[in-house]
Amino acid sequence: MTVGTAFHPRTAPLNAHLQWREWSGFFAASAYHASHVIEYNAIREAAALIDVSPLFKYELRGPDAVRLVDRLIVRDAAKLSPGRVFYTPWCDEHGKVLDDGTIHRLDDEDGAQVVRWTAADPQIRWLRMNAHDLDVEVRDVSESVAAVALQGPLSRDVLEAATGTSFVDLRFFRRRRATLAGIPIDVSRTGYTGDLGYELWIPADRAVDAWDALVAAGEPYRIRPAGMLALDVVRLEAGLILIEADYTSAVHSHIPSQNYSPYELGLGRLVDLDAGDFIGRRALVAEMAAGGPPRRLVGIDIDWPEIEALYAAQGLAPYAPPTVSRAPVPVFAAGRQVGRVTSTGWSPLLKKMLGLASVGLAHAQTGTRLAMEWTVEARRGTVAATVVELPFFDPPRKRA
Amino acid sequence: MAVDSTRTEIRTPSQGGTRVAERYDAVIIGGGHNGLTTAAYLARAGWKTLVLEKRRILGGATTSDEIVPGYTFSVLSYVVSLLRPEIIRDLELAKHGLEILPLDGTFTPLHGDYLWRTDDHAQTMREIRRWSATDADAYEEYGQLMADMARFIKPILGMVPPDPTSIDPRDWLGVLGLGRDFARLPERQQSAFIGLMTMSAADFLDQWFETEPLKATMSASGIIGTFLGVRSPGTAYVLLHHYMGEIDGAFRAWGLHKGGTGAISAAIASAARSHGAEIRTDAGVSRVTLTPSGDRATGVVLESGEEIAANVVVSSADVRRTFLQFLEPGILPGDFEAQVRRFKFRGSSGKVNLALDALPTFTTNPGGTEYLRGAVSISPSLEHMERAYDEAKYGRFSRRPYVDIVFPSLVDPSVAPPGRHVMSCFVQYAPYNLAEGPGDWDNQKEAFGDAVVDLVSEFAPNLRDVIVERHVVSPLDMERDWGLTEGNIFHGELSLEQLFFSRPIPGWARYRTPIRDYWMCGSSTHPGGGIMGANGRLAALELIRARRTKVA
Repeated sequence: MTVGTAFHPRTAPLNAHLQWREWSGFFAASAYHASHVIEYNAIREAAALIDVSPLFKYELRGPDAVRLVDRLIVRDAAKLSPGRVFYTPWCDEHGKVLDDGTIHRLDDEDGAQVVRWTAADPQIRWLRMNAHDLDVEVRDVSESVAAVALQGPLSRDVLEAATGTSFVDLRFFRRRRATLAGIPIDVSRTGYTGDLGYELWIPADRAVDAWDALVAAGEPYRIRPAGMLALDVVRLEAGLILIEADYTSAVHSHIPSQNYSPYELGLGRLVDLDAGDFIGRRALVAEMAAGGPPRRLVGIDIDWPEIEALYAAQGLAPYAPPTVSRAPVPVFAAGRQVGRVTSTGWSPLLKKMLGLASVGLAHAQTGTRLAMEWTVEARRGTVAATVVELPFFDPPRKRA
Repeated sequence: MAVDSTRTEIRTPSQGGTRVAERYDAVIIGGGHNGLTTAAYLARAGWKTLVLEKRRILGGATTSDEIVPGYTFSVLSYVVSLLRPEIIRDLELAKHGLEILPLDGTFTPLHGDYLWRTDDHAQTMREIRRWSATDADAYEEYGQLMADMARFIKPILGMVPPDPTSIDPRDWLGVLGLGRDFARLPERQQSAFIGLMTMSAADFLDQWFETEPLKATMSASGIIGTFLGVRSPGTAYVLLHHYMGEIDGAFRAWGLHKGGTGAISAAIASAARSHGAEIRTDAGVSRVTLTPSGDRATGVVLESGEEIAANVVVSSADVRRTFLQFLEPGILPGDFEAQVRRFKFRGSSGKVNLALDALPTFTTNPGGTEYLRGAVSISPSLEHMERAYDEAKYGRFSRRPYVDIVFPSLVDPSVAPPGRHVMSCFVQYAPYNLAEGPGDWDNQKEAFGDAVVDLVSEFAPNLRDVIVERHVVSPLDMERDWGLTEGNIFHGELSLEQLFFSRPIPGWARYRTPIRDYWMCGSSTHPGGGIMGANGRLAALELIRARRTKVA
């Protein structure tokens, strides 16, 4: 049975059109407003509140908490000092990605290291299985910690107004404790939007009070709640991958081609093969020694005039679907299929049709011209798509 | 200088060993959105290009200004819809800062009631049904028809009109395509098209609807920028002109630009500069220089006396300034000059920009502030609209005008301090020519501002209490400060006899003028006014094509 998150008493009445989807057993708003584009604009122009409580959240506590992190993630956890946050994938022993998420080093307590681990899929078995010889306690805090993303160019103004403290010094991928309306919270300078933004980690029993305080402080900044449809557009613009859309977790793959190494997901820059062992390292060393994996994740810029031409051929005005499609679509070079587009959507800001695609290495160079299947009125056609650098949208304020 | 190297030596401006002044391939008079667009396309084609803007800030009527500290007004033009997608693409305007934010809905306040339409289809249907069940059905049919009409007529926005006397078949291909498409339209659509071309907005809408506030609000787009009333024949076409706007492929969507419309000009200017165009402000042009025989342009003289030589001079000013201000009298053929003088401007609108310290509350409203997020239209009935025109006909501003209000700060908080607001009121009618009696616009404009605030206050009584500062723009201000002749926001009326191959002058719709190397690219040309940029783009492409042909 799907249930509401800790914010549900506030988000439910706002969801005027009862547009919900299921996310890890919770109701997640697809859109609150009739048109999610308004919510998209709040993320890009003002400030938005996005309930991300359905994320799986774990607390790792003990003298070996960081050692456990180091054993699992592809990055060098020795650098994960208190106050820092890592975005990282983690792999199985074959070097195939299980999941990706953010790992937050909280402040030490009584000499013990404390880590908050967030994930899209359940990880407690994997975490505990790999902690058997370590002095670390792993707890599932998914239901006791509510999470809301406060994102957008004015998010810092809202956060400062709500907490009465400055957040200028909290840099990109850092975190610290704060107090919001008397509630002890944790604030990380992170998000899934490619914009200036924060994620707030709040005791679930105080979630509603925290929400009210943010909405009250945000009113002059035109804050509004945003749902998953808007989030999908901004994450595509930001070139951020989504599990079950752009890749399959090694846990759920049935055939070899459904397995992805970090190098196949554009996450190779994060992999540190020289900083000690981690699960999957040997496989990744072997993969790189063999020349790297044969396919890559790329951004594609899909030729809009060619899409218009397909509509015109049917006597129709062109139509840019306002939501991101997660339907995989074949992509071709010289008439042969060379991969698939996994996320496709219109960027209202860039005025472009964008896609994330998984293509063969030979076709992954920036500037490569591909063709992508595009269907209008149930007639298949193809349109040109050019490989471009990711992210598509990268404003300076993202890191500010 | 690859463009026209064969002829440059004839026209070296300086003589006898003095400093050889810089010579441009093209000098563009006016840094509005069309002038900048032309400059960007020419620079992109490798032309050495210079834009000369008279005002201290770029953008012409597409301009933002922080007139009250902390509050940024889109001083004149305030919404965007028609900006051509191919320009956004060709000039990569998104990269240069273009950010259009959607406006959602139209709220028509009434005494004791309201009509509120949004892009939430179910909400709008229920709302119209509350007024009239048949109107709700008609609303869908009407929307479908207008979308089909707009799709049919829209290609003309990207088409250089043929010269009616031309026998070159290539000139006619686009129009022939349009004729062929017309023949293929279902009969019902053909007759609707004829209706659009001949009827008044009110009569056209009467065919579908019975709800007064609905008809009145919809009719408003038929009169914007014209000196006509909703019952004047010809206004139905203007309804369609406003239906052609699109955002992201969605017809009839209107938006605001982040930071005001001036940021659109800034984005186009940035694109132009990235291709090497030079842009100067505070550089008003006093006249265009010609060869001694007077048949060809050679450059411009600035108000400062500075002379600038150019192979081509392109004017984005309106047709009257282009021909009567920048050229000496007697240069143009007499019949041509007479037609320029006959071109109708007749400015009919004014602008009232307000800085507010809170949102006004409309007495009867659906709750919350969401209803203020789109346009608020003071258009309770067709009679209200027509009476507003009656006063203008006799040279008075409307005591109870039609007002189109937006609150940009609700969509884009960057234009006002946190929690404060900007309110933009487009007001019609404000006739440029006032009747004898009460005085000219300079001593009438505050009374005009009062009339607007009084009228809106009837529906939102706390408006006066929340006004921090008021800024009124009269048609005379538009003429003096922005060079919009007679205060016409479209550089000349969008009436049928002044469109397509008759815009601005029959036979001269292809951006050329009777003077060689003197071209036009402003809103006086096809396809008319609005933040569209099509004029500037088409002029540039035509100019590039013409030059290529000549050099070859």
